[in-house]
Amino acid sequence: MYNDKVMETFRNPKNVGEIENADGVGTVGNASCGDIMQISLKIENDVIVDAKFKTFGCAAAIATSSTATEMIKGMTVEEALKVTNKQVIETLGGLPSQKIHCSVLAEEAIKKAIEDYHAKKNA
Amino acid sequence: MVKTPIYFDHAATTPVCEESAKAMLNYLTGTFGNPNSQHEFGRQAMKAVDEARDGIAKIINCKPSELYFTSGGTESDNWALRGVAHAFKNKGKHIIISPIEHAAMLATAKALEKEGFKVSFMKVDGEGFVDLEHLKSIVDKDTIFVGCMLANNEVGTIEPIKEIAQIAHSVGAVCFTDAVQAAGVLKIDVKDLGVDLMSMSSHKIYGPKGVGALYIRNGLRIESIITGGHQERTKRGGTTNVAGIVGFYEAFRIADRDLEKNAIYVSALRDRFIERALNEIPYIKLNGPKDGSKRLPANADFSFDYIEGESILFSLDLAGIAVSSGSACSSGSLEPSHVLLSLGLPEALAHGSIRFSFGKHNTLEEIDYAVDELKSAVSRLREMSPLFKLEEGEIKNV
Ligand code: FES
Repeated sequence: MYNDKVMETFRNPKNVGEIENADGVGTVGNASCGDIMQISLKIENDVIVDAKFKTFGCAAAIATSSTATEMIKGMTVEEALKVTNKQVIETLGGLPSQKIHCSVLAEEAIKKAIEDYHAKKNA
Repeated sequence: MVKTPIYFDHAATTPVCEESAKAMLNYLTGTFGNPNSQHEFGRQAMKAVDEARDGIAKIINCKPSELYFTSGGTESDNWALRGVAHAFKNKGKHIIISPIEHAAMLATAKALEKEGFKVSFMKVDGEGFVDLEHLKSIVDKDTIFVGCMLANNEVGTIEPIKEIAQIAHSVGAVCFTDAVQAAGVLKIDVKDLGVDLMSMSSHKIYGPKGVGALYIRNGLRIESIITGGHQERTKRGGTTNVAGIVGFYEAFRIADRDLEKNAIYVSALRDRFIERALNEIPYIKLNGPKDGSKRLPANADFSFDYIEGESILFSLDLAGIAVSSGSACSSGSLEPSHVLLSLGLPEALAHGSIRFSFGKHNTLEEIDYAVDELKSAVSRLREMSPLFKLEEGEIKNV
């Protein structure tokens, strides 16, 4: 059901972990399956210099976490906010239809982490 | 180094054994006739089907006339439940089944509910055993059907069917058991069990897919669900699957012949796996009976805290180990296992379960390799899990 790229990403995910003293952390739950993802960001001058994730979820959730964090590294927060789950899926070469919802986790976790960054900055 | 891939999913299906494949071959090419034909070709085919019927009947201790061949467990389940409900609808409307039945039963019960039948569920305890006192309290004069698996496919619980049958009969209800996981694995005597109907399947016991049987006690009223020709004494239409039936019988015969030997061998593999897994992997729970004698010899089912079943399944798959996940994430639906929820597991744990089902060709080396791989997969996934560390500190509600 998963393509080779998804399986390979699941086998060797990048950016697993948690950034100490992160500038923004976002944790979201998936309403449809109960799975959970956390993304932490290191941000300098509004540019994401590092991103890490922790995921409680299926293989698709882990693969999309890895891909999404790879994608946003080097982006400005503005650019990162525009990353959609569709782009993540495209980068992975597609997901089975019943696994599309898993990719939403990454998009939402990034948004939440950036929100957290803004909140911290304005505090 | 062990050879991969390793197959630990025998509760899903098994390879066809040599004897069965060989027996079938002749009925695919040589003796290909339709048993319904009058001529020699037909008579030869009919002879083979009769032999299979006689042989299987003997194994489960019923009369050949009480055995009906079907396309497998799902059809047999459908037929038993729907066929009895429709035949007895003027007597009563109450159907009682266990909550841990196969989807074939649950879905059929749901469909019958729409037709006006009332469906109640037995209670099961934390290991999956039916609560007989509760069952006694819910059977009533309106009850026409009481059905429960002989052994559960997911957690391996062997149910007290004899007692369940007695309770069903005390109110004049029909008793059914789904023996798809049990037939050919546990010694079964339908007369001793006292059930009126029993489902069986071929491909769980090293026979071909697409064939099974339903035992129907002589004299029991039941409606057909597949109407058509005169096959199976006019009760089940459709051209007889001669080769499949021959292969089913051959597989069943071998399984019955080697039943004790296989049970001893496979349960030793199971016990080794369970012991090592429980000792070496933290935050793990064995689902189903702790007492090995009350559990299917080939079954080991675990839940893992902080991680999800599908990701364990694919981690093992990458290591060359084929297992199945109770968490439906992998099967396409998003619901956690209905069996584990019925056993009282919280949803997160019900999502994180993996079933290992062993077979006669597996070896101790494979068991040890698999435990090692499981160990590293679980710890790798836990490192990735946001719940693992959160638990140690504080759990954030997300
Ligand atoms: S099934 Fe829950 S994230 Fe994929």
